[in-house]
Amino acid sequence: MNKERTLGEILRQQGVSRRGFLKFCATTASLMALPPGMVPTIARALENARRPSVIWLSFQECTGCTESLTRSHAPTIEGLIFDAISLDYHHTLQAAAGSAAEQARESAMKENFGNYLLVVDGSIPLANAGFSTIAGTSNLEILKEVAKGAAAIIAVGTCAAYGGLPHAKPNPTGAVPVSAIISDKPIVNVPGCPPIPVVISGVLTHFLTFGRLPDLDHLGRPLAFYGNNIHDRCYRRPFYERGQFAESFDDEGARKGWCLYKLGCKGPVTYNACATTKWNNGTSFPIESGHGCLGCSEPDFWDMGGFYRALSEPIGLSARTVAGGAIGGAALGAASGLLNRKKKAEALARHEKIGVDELKDGETK
Amino acid sequence: MSFPPLEITRPESGNLKLILHEISHALSELMATGNERSIDLRGIPLAPGEEKKLLESLGEGEIRAELDALGKSRIQESRYSGVWIVTHCNSNGEIMGRFIEITRSPALLAAQTEDMAAGLDALRQLIATGTES
Ligand code: SF4
Ligand code: SF4
Repeated sequence: MNKERTLGEILRQQGVSRRGFLKFCATTASLMALPPGMVPTIARALENARRPSVIWLSFQECTGCTESLTRSHAPTIEGLIFDAISLDYHHTLQAAAGSAAEQARESAMKENFGNYLLVVDGSIPLANAGFSTIAGTSNLEILKEVAKGAAAIIAVGTCAAYGGLPHAKPNPTGAVPVSAIISDKPIVNVPGCPPIPVVISGVLTHFLTFGRLPDLDHLGRPLAFYGNNIHDRCYRRPFYERGQFAESFDDEGARKGWCLYKLGCKGPVTYNACATTKWNNGTSFPIESGHGCLGCSEPDFWDMGGFYRALSEPIGLSARTVAGGAIGGAALGAASGLLNRKKKAEALARHEKIGVDELKDGETK
Repeated sequence: MSFPPLEITRPESGNLKLILHEISHALSELMATGNERSIDLRGIPLAPGEEKKLLESLGEGEIRAELDALGKSRIQESRYSGVWIVTHCNSNGEIMGRFIEITRSPALLAAQTEDMAAGLDALRQLIATGTES
């Protein structure tokens, strides 16, 4: 498809009316967590947006992130966003295979050098390059090569953003995130295990709409989606404030929908959009089903000390302290966050990499 | 085998009342200054069942319209004139977004200049050639 055409032209050619376009813009604004008042601005920007070329690389991953994205609100709105970008290489989704696929990547890189978006899912193994290769080339090599001509990199999923599950203790593959390797390109982290589908497409849409990457927090996450923690937007928060906690998954508190803090909910230290954007096309999110947040959009969430251990437990808060803290709920959340970070730093310091030494000699390129 | 009846209690976020207050402020502002407002329900934490409760409180007024573009959209006036519920679905019928619009008439109801221009071209072609473009 001709990359010079604007999104407005592409939509008109597909028979989308102006009303349809305005509807598209209204849901897009909502998707990007922008106020409805921004719709006219978005309409103007999207009308004239040109299709960027996208190269998607998958490294040590479970394909959950791609699954998440392709399960999003297809086919219309998200489909349109994907029609509006030129997905030149994605080895799970593209039709071409083998050397034809690699050629597609190389020619997309050449044609759009300096301008294409690089999307990465999965972590990169450093212990032994042979742990994960594409067409015989190590993930490390491909990442460095493709990153050279990228305008920006979007690290999709907690693996690409922070190492994720492969990086969990004892990290046998020596997995690292994109940011540990590439330091001279803007990187946007879109963590989550997997990330919410509309958050992935929301970041792409932001780039399409405004021609630049969104504002980021200190962990490289777009503030529009990761600006609030789950706890701040959780509908169970009033129970937290009143000190009403479920103590087990089948007690009276659980049945009444009380706060899941004592059952290990990591909502107070987890920044993500689940509580408002929700999952399965806006149906619900885990806390609505009675399970605490696992903290999947935070670095090292797998090693946070157990999914069912209350955040306060390791630092010796008694049940009374938790209830007392509920009076100053936000403050306790923040304090737990700090202590949790300290705990994470200690865990990090203890990190041992085992089971890789004997493989080190077998490195490929 | 028989099971005891399932007791389901509905937790409340406390946000329903806030939204109703926000709507009432917006409506009085619309009357006083003509300023229109839109509330994106996706941005507000609601407990299970609360959105339904909100829609029940707003009720259904005199006008209901359906837009058929990129999937259906339903534009429903609430029982409070000037307060509209706009629900956008994709072509699978899944809800993409729901907005409460406080306006005399939601913008989507008005004919759009670009669509009118395209319609005019087609109409002229029909008159000239007897066939649609
Ligand atoms: S601790 Fe978890 S369940 Fe409780 S209010 Fe916070 S996010 Fe919601
Ligand atoms: S609720 Fe928590 S663990 Fe679950 S998807 Fe959202 S951020 Fe991840």
